[in-house]
Amino acid sequence: MDASEEPLPPVIYTMENKPIVTCAGDQNLFTSVYPTLSQQLPREPMEWRRSYGRAPKMIHLESNFVQFKEELLPKEGNKALLTFPFLHIYWTECCDTEVYKATVKDDLTKWQNVLKAHSSVDWLIVIVENDAKKKNKTNILPRTSIVDKIRNDFCNKQSDRCVVLSDPLKDSSRTQESWNAFLTKLRTLLLMSFTKNLGKFEDDMRTLREKRTEPGWSFCEYFMVQEELAFVFEMLQQFEDALVQYDELDALFSQYVVNFGAGDGANWLTFFCQPVKSWNGLILRKPIDMEKRESIQRREATLLDLRSYLFSRQCTLLLFLQRPWEVAQRALELLHNCVQELKLLEVSVPPGALDCWVFLSCLEVLQRIEGCCDRAQIDSNIAHTVGLWSYATEKLKSLGYLCGLVSEKGPNSEDLNRTVDLLAGLGAERPETANTAQSPYKKLKEALSSVEAFEKHYLDLSHATIEMYTSIGRIRSAKFVGKDLAEFYMRKKAPQKAEIYLQGALKNYLAEGWALPITHTRKQLAECQKHLGQIENYLQTSSLLASDHHLTEEERKHFCQEILDFASQPSDSPGHKIVLPMHSFAQLRDLHFDPSNAVVHVGGVLCVEITMYSQMPVPVHVEQIVVNVHFSIEKNSYRKTAEWLTKHKTSNGIINFPPETAPFPVSQNSLPALELYEMFERSPSDNSLNTTGIICRNVHMLLRRQESSSSLEMPSGVALEEGAHVLRCSHVTLEPGANQITFRTQAKEPGTYTLRQLCASVGSVWFVLPHIYPIVQYDVYSQEPQLHVEPLADSLLAGIPQRVKFTVTTGHYTIKNGDSLQLSNAEAMLILCQAESRAVVYSNTREQSSEAALRIQSSDKVTSISLPVAPAYHVIEFELEVLSLPSAPALGGESDMLGMAEPHRKHKDKQRTGRCMVTTDHKVSIDCPWSIYSTVIALTFSVPFRTTHSLLSSGTRKYVQVCVQNLSELDFQLSDSYLVDTGDSTDLQLVPLNTQSQQPIYSKQSVFFVWELKWTEEPPPSLHCRFSVGFSPASEEQLSISLKPYTYEFKVENFFTLYNVKAEIFPPSGMEYCRTGSLCSLEVLITRLSDLLEVDKDEALTESDEHFSTKLMYEVVDNSSNWAVCGKSCGVISMPVAARATHRVHMEVMPLFAGYLPLPDVRLFKYLPHHSAHSSQLDADSWIENDSLSVDKHGDDQPDSSSLKSRGSVHSACSSEHKGLPMPRLQALPAGQVFNSSSGTQVLVIPSQDDHVLEVSVT
Amino acid sequence: MAVCIAVIAKENYPLYIRSTPTENELKFHYMVHTSLDVVDEKISAMGKALVDQRELYLGLLYPTEDYKVYGYVTNSKVKFVMVVDSSNTALRDNEIRSMFRKLHNSYTDVMCNPFYNPGDRIQSSRAFDNMVTSMMIQVC
Repeated sequence: MDASEEPLPPVIYTMENKPIVTCAGDQNLFTSVYPTLSQQLPREPMEWRRSYGRAPKMIHLESNFVQFKEELLPKEGNKALLTFPFLHIYWTECCDTEVYKATVKDDLTKWQNVLKAHSSVDWLIVIVENDAKKKNKTNILPRTSIVDKIRNDFCNKQSDRCVVLSDPLKDSSRTQESWNAFLTKLRTLLLMSFTKNLGKFEDDMRTLREKRTEPGWSFCEYFMVQEELAFVFEMLQQFEDALVQYDELDALFSQYVVNFGAGDGANWLTFFCQPVKSWNGLILRKPIDMEKRESIQRREATLLDLRSYLFSRQCTLLLFLQRPWEVAQRALELLHNCVQELKLLEVSVPPGALDCWVFLSCLEVLQRIEGCCDRAQIDSNIAHTVGLWSYATEKLKSLGYLCGLVSEKGPNSEDLNRTVDLLAGLGAERPETANTAQSPYKKLKEALSSVEAFEKHYLDLSHATIEMYTSIGRIRSAKFVGKDLAEFYMRKKAPQKAEIYLQGALKNYLAEGWALPITHTRKQLAECQKHLGQIENYLQTSSLLASDHHLTEEERKHFCQEILDFASQPSDSPGHKIVLPMHSFAQLRDLHFDPSNAVVHVGGVLCVEITMYSQMPVPVHVEQIVVNVHFSIEKNSYRKTAEWLTKHKTSNGIINFPPETAPFPVSQNSLPALELYEMFERSPSDNSLNTTGIICRNVHMLLRRQESSSSLEMPSGVALEEGAHVLRCSHVTLEPGANQITFRTQAKEPGTYTLRQLCASVGSVWFVLPHIYPIVQYDVYSQEPQLHVEPLADSLLAGIPQRVKFTVTTGHYTIKNGDSLQLSNAEAMLILCQAESRAVVYSNTREQSSEAALRIQSSDKVTSISLPVAPAYHVIEFELEVLSLPSAPALGGESDMLGMAEPHRKHKDKQRTGRCMVTTDHKVSIDCPWSIYSTVIALTFSVPFRTTHSLLSSGTRKYVQVCVQNLSELDFQLSDSYLVDTGDSTDLQLVPLNTQSQQPIYSKQSVFFVWELKWTEEPPPSLHCRFSVGFSPASEEQLSISLKPYTYEFKVENFFTLYNVKAEIFPPSGMEYCRTGSLCSLEVLITRLSDLLEVDKDEALTESDEHFSTKLMYEVVDNSSNWAVCGKSCGVISMPVAARATHRVHMEVMPLFAGYLPLPDVRLFKYLPHHSAHSSQLDADSWIENDSLSVDKHGDDQPDSSSLKSRGSVHSACSSEHKGLPMPRLQALPAGQVFNSSSGTQVLVIPSQDDHVLEVSVT
Repeated sequence: MAVCIAVIAKENYPLYIRSTPTENELKFHYMVHTSLDVVDEKISAMGKALVDQRELYLGLLYPTEDYKVYGYVTNSKVKFVMVVDSSNTALRDNEIRSMFRKLHNSYTDVMCNPFYNPGDRIQSSRAFDNMVTSMMIQVC
């Protein structure tokens, strides 16, 4: 009852974006708890669960508490949420039942009635308890509490609508607990009310949207409704949901614009089709642009106004969401979209107005973002903002061109009027940026005010954009902006600044192989270089453009004509040359040599035919095409002889060059592969390996490609080689496409020539291919005249005509008429003249050029051969027949010893060494017309036959045998064999025993001839014989000339038989046969067959009492090891020199084997003692056997019989020999003087007795 | 439909580039070439994710006032770039994606041709040309 109501404060309604909660009842009480209430309410979050499957969220609730008034309640139909009171609270601290009944109850009843009248069911009654006031009522016992009363009176079933707040101003646990319960209840009720009302609002909004096809529907009206929903979300700090509302409005409007473009337009869109009168850009510095919002509400906004307001709201929310980079991205899309929408709606826009709007908007967005972020953040997110910078640069450039600020002469009056109109459309600057020095408004106004200001702003923007693109790695975009900048510089007549950007862009396009951008940039670069006066660069670029097929024919001809015009004008300095790469002018396709092996002799003519593919669109007259040739003399020149070159350098003579299909590398994989080769170098003397290694043949190709790709637009620094050796072709017109160009040169110096450079000169412009690859070489050789004579057969045979081939290599000498070869005649060799001999003349490529008859004249000493006329470096070939006279070789005076049937060992050795054919050398000296020195040629002839002879005896009858052996490969026919005595004996007869007159002798076979010697009186001491036989090749029927017979001369001495040796073996006495192991008797009977002869007169002969005797030594030799000689096997006998004188020797031998055994050999030697005095004391009738004497078996083959005839000389020799004690000597008897009549006889020997037989039985 | 379709090799040179109308092909060459910057950015960004099944479709590379440039990259680093007129709002992201997939299949057929050298320009494949033509025809 004592409580008095304070006067209510005035209602303060603010746009603080908080839910409205009304407070009724005790205002003083509410004021006391309001600070704590407003502080504690948003402290704890609440889970907000929503319908339609949307995810629950945790939100912090704040409220705007206002005093309760009836006019705050929404009227029927009012759907506003911002001014909607979501909760009503009644505050009271009444604790007296009487006071409650008297005043509080009535007040509550009235409050409730007002809420019900407005259909509001969200209310809460708060009862604040105060312990201080309770003390006053302690005397009265309450029957029921106030809380229970209020709940019974007003809450009915909703007992939770009445809460108690105990001592809210105290600081105690009980108070805190009470606050917590109250706040939880407050949040719950507030959220429930909010959810319910928000859902209703959304349903109403959705219903309104579904009616958008109705005639009276308006987008602006709907815009306001949905934006209120966005405001509500923003009020709850749900910025994401708020943004969704604006995005939906954005999409809805865009869809309507698209439909308008498709012909299905809504009526309300006509409001947005009014002409654009203002283009001051986006406004992003206010949270809500109320001016634009009201214009939308009044349906007076333009398209740009709507878009500007919509984006400003989105920008604000995105910045709240800490997403400034999305602002930049959305801004770029928005600006592009606005331009498109204005086109779709066919809105008329003054020229440049949109450019101003876009420019200002870009800068506004960029400055807004910079205001929210620090420098580091901006630098690390350039990728998000560079698009806006680029777009602003583009629009500023467009404005500059439109207002005449880029033209050379500056803006004209029309440009100035346009500028004034554009500036008028900007309007006045807004208050927010009035104090900002670099506001977008100020920047644009300044840029359009003057040419200098525009240039400054445009360059600043361009450079900033290029730097940004470069910093984030977008090189291509940076280069593209650079091209725009270059275009600006070219318009401002500053080509030196444009060149840098054009070169950079072109390098990028070349590196990645983009043809059209390359062509376009090159055209710009050509114009730039022309203005800069860079003649070389301009001409090179022009040549590249003239050969570029991406240009039109007229453009190509234009650039080609630029080159020709410059080339034709006289140069300031006569020796000045412009050197350009050739690959853009013409390409070398293939090269052809004639002769095809690229080998030519000194003085010869070499043709080089090349195919050049001209890249120019018109025929070009070239003054000269020059190939610079590098000449080198090979160190290993021994291999570079004419024969080696002609044999080893055979090829078709065609070299193909790989075409450069594009001036830039198509792919890294298409680079030429390494061409590695093994290199071996051998010493010329012994062909041993000197050096080995690996070389890369095309290393220059790899380096050249790298060089050309890096500095293709610049002159490549081609060094023009001015060598002494050039191939030149003058006044050639190159047609577009393939051209054949032929170079002719005469070879002068021998060596290797390498084609190095190919140059084509058009006036003072030289196109150079600096290095011709693959390597192109030709060789020049020089050759001395040579004469070569070789036999046509493997070996020349003596005695028959043989063919010899003459080869004259003229070399550098020219055979003139009258030149001839002068051959000296050899004594034993004939040069046969034939009337059919012909000479053939060949060229150095082995082609027959002519043929002539060969004239040969022969005199006693010289044979003259006339040579046919032949030019230099030709070959003359002809054949001749030569004949070497056959004759047996002289045996050096030594004659074979006649005698035994088996030849002596010496004879065997001689036969073994004589198996090869004997050769005869004939030296011919030839005088050649090209030299003063004679050429000596040796021809070696082989004698085809080998001849031996032997003496055969049969008692005193004598035979001579001649053996002819064919050692050659040919078969011969022998005929007319003769053996004649060339001595003086007239009583000697040689009786031939041969029956055939024709006898073939095949290769490697022998033929034997036998004659019998007969004489009537005393036989001569020696016999001189000559054997001759006619021969001819068996294959030839008839030879041109008759061949001389083959002759063989030999000498036979001491052929008369003096002794007969006969051996005989007898079995032991009493036995019939000889037995193995038993001793047998060997009787050797030596018989003298003639009286004293001249041959017996030597130192072995002794004379006593009319009797002559000589000393002989006999020896029993068993070569077959069939006999064992027991006891003595040799002895010396004194043999009387008388016919039929016989000496018998007895020995014992033992057979070692059974069967028919041949008899042992018995040999006789002449015994020559040196003690004649002793021998004179010997008895003539007794035979002395001196077994103990050791003899020298090497007899003297040259007995001096005449010196031993005199007795006085014998005595003197004996006296001298006696003093020195010399040894006796043995002298072998000639084969003809001893006849062994037991030769071939065999003796039957039976085995031993039975006790030597072993019996072996095998079971 | 598309106004320009390009196939870019791994080394960033064009294997195939075709635009309509042909008078403006230089502009499209510049546009596609510049878009390779963004392609490289997106490829390197995808590489950092280290995902096994990477998304081949790169989405909108960058918008311009008149055109939209979309990108696609194969596993072998061959890039497809498609330029669409901005006024053609009927094209959705899914349609662009399916066009790229069809282009990829056709390119695979070209690579399977034994007479085609990888790295050469695609200029003799009639099927590929017809497929590109079908994607460039204006359907209204």
